[in-house]
Amino acid sequence: MSVASTPTKAATPGTGSASRRGGAPRGRGRRREFTSRRGLQIAAYMAPAAVFVAVFTYYPMLAGGHMAFRNWKLTDLTDTSWVGLKNFRDVFADPAWGTVLGNTAVWVIGSIVPQLVIGFALALWLRRRFRFRGLYQALIFFPWAISGFLIGILFRWLFNSEFGVVNDLLQKAGLIDEPIAWLADPDTAMAAVLIANVWYGVTFFAIMILAALQSIPDELYEAAALDGAGKVRTLFRITVPYIRTTLALTVLLRVIWIFNFPDLIFGMTAGGPNNETHIVTTWMIKITQQGDYGRASALGLLVMAALLVFAVFFLLATGEKKREKKGARP
Amino acid sequence: MIGKETAGGRAVRFTFLGVWLLFTVFPLYWITVTSLKAPGDIFRFPIAYWPEHFSLENYSGLFGTADFGTYLTNSLVVAVVAGAAATAISMLSAYVLARFEFRTKSALLMAALVTQMIPSFIALGPLYLLMTDLKLVDNRLGLILVYIAVCIPFCTVMLRGFFENIPDALEEAAMIDGLSRFGALFRVLLPVMRPGIVAAFIFNFVNCWNELFLSVTLMNSDSNKTVPTALNGFISSFNIDWGSMSAAAVLTILPTMVLFAVASRHIVQGLTSGAVKG
Repeated sequence: MSVASTPTKAATPGTGSASRRGGAPRGRGRRREFTSRRGLQIAAYMAPAAVFVAVFTYYPMLAGGHMAFRNWKLTDLTDTSWVGLKNFRDVFADPAWGTVLGNTAVWVIGSIVPQLVIGFALALWLRRRFRFRGLYQALIFFPWAISGFLIGILFRWLFNSEFGVVNDLLQKAGLIDEPIAWLADPDTAMAAVLIANVWYGVTFFAIMILAALQSIPDELYEAAALDGAGKVRTLFRITVPYIRTTLALTVLLRVIWIFNFPDLIFGMTAGGPNNETHIVTTWMIKITQQGDYGRASALGLLVMAALLVFAVFFLLATGEKKREKKGARP
Repeated sequence: MIGKETAGGRAVRFTFLGVWLLFTVFPLYWITVTSLKAPGDIFRFPIAYWPEHFSLENYSGLFGTADFGTYLTNSLVVAVVAGAAATAISMLSAYVLARFEFRTKSALLMAALVTQMIPSFIALGPLYLLMTDLKLVDNRLGLILVYIAVCIPFCTVMLRGFFENIPDALEEAAMIDGLSRFGALFRVLLPVMRPGIVAAFIFNFVNCWNELFLSVTLMNSDSNKTVPTALNGFISSFNIDWGSMSAAAVLTILPTMVLFAVASRHIVQGLTSGAVKG
């Protein structure tokens, strides 16, 4: 992706990165002479951002982590004593915990797989220019302007059992005879929530993958065509390996984000019916609303730990493959 | 460039693209149509796909019985101020992270990434206590300060991508001409960066405009509520009044959609530049 609208970049296509690389050592050498001044300058530029994030994000987060080991209930603030791992034990001892964990797995996998597959297909089909492609991209980008909470509300209305348009359309198409109580039926509620999340999330994948596809040099495809490689072969031997890093990073970011995304479910079902759409983070909302900040914080720490472990393993696994790939290439 | 396309392939492609467009646009169409029906017509069979009588009653109700104008104003003030402040602050941090090499750099980037992994609920209790101490609960300034902090990490990463696309010969030339580093940033880089800055601001604005949980926690009185908090109030009541809800949803979505339409190209670029290079 180039900064097409910036004149400097447009005037020096391709040479930008080269000249930067060439110019850097010189600049760095000159800056090193004023080390203390340079350090002060860096600190001064970083300070406002650092102060804001430290005070309003990191401090509350660390204090929240502290609460996880205390008896911290809004109903009785006279006793906030240290209770060790009791809050964690309470989390695991909850009879609904198994359901919540299972739902979380379904929520993450059931969202990410269709988002990735449809997003990839969209990107492949958008790669070729056509009239109104820009308009098309802007239109399918719209879900991104809406909050997850409001998307939950939109789909809550679409899936309304009595006056919902989904039931009406399905009945008109002759697919169902009786209206389905989508959000009240434990068998269909999760499916409805997943449909809403796929609606929301596909665009992000499409955009990231499309940008990556546009960075693949045409010569690779020309060479593959000369070798007589078919479409499917070209896709899996050239396209996918070439954009592997982007794919891995996008999946990583989205898994973290979907895991941490209670908003849509909160607006659509609030975890119901009978906990069937509760995921870990909506469960945390519920516990917070009950006033048990200690246990909610314990849950929060578990989420963070799980995500960190996942991120490390994921990066190691995808990094390994990439290295093998590079080594295999002549 | 990707080989010749057969007529069949073309048909498949446009069918798929068309179906996806319909699927994307339909919910937005539906909420708009619902909001323009007379309140009684929403709950009438057969369900009308185009309103028989157009009515603005749902909208006028929002500004009559509910105080939706106040909520819109609150959201607008908070999102504009916090979005602009976060963009300005992130410009500075992004500039340093793009242009200098220093020992704590990767730690700072990691710290930015970690903020994205934090479930916001872990911080809500302590944040509420902190804001109580600062006498900033139920106060627009308080919410603005918190939103600035929320926007900074991602905004910094996004702007850093834009800075890295600009060769540093540009400001070095300006500094040789006698401008200070800050002067070079302001007078030379700022104009070149304008699309990136606009995209970053819009991204921040939309995030603040849409934010729910922090606002619910920190704003108690009705006159200080932001739009999402008000919507949350609408669904907390036992029966959802879908007439007012749909009108409120349209009014909430409209400004952000317009902004995204204006800047979608640059937002896309801001989102993709970092990851695709990485």
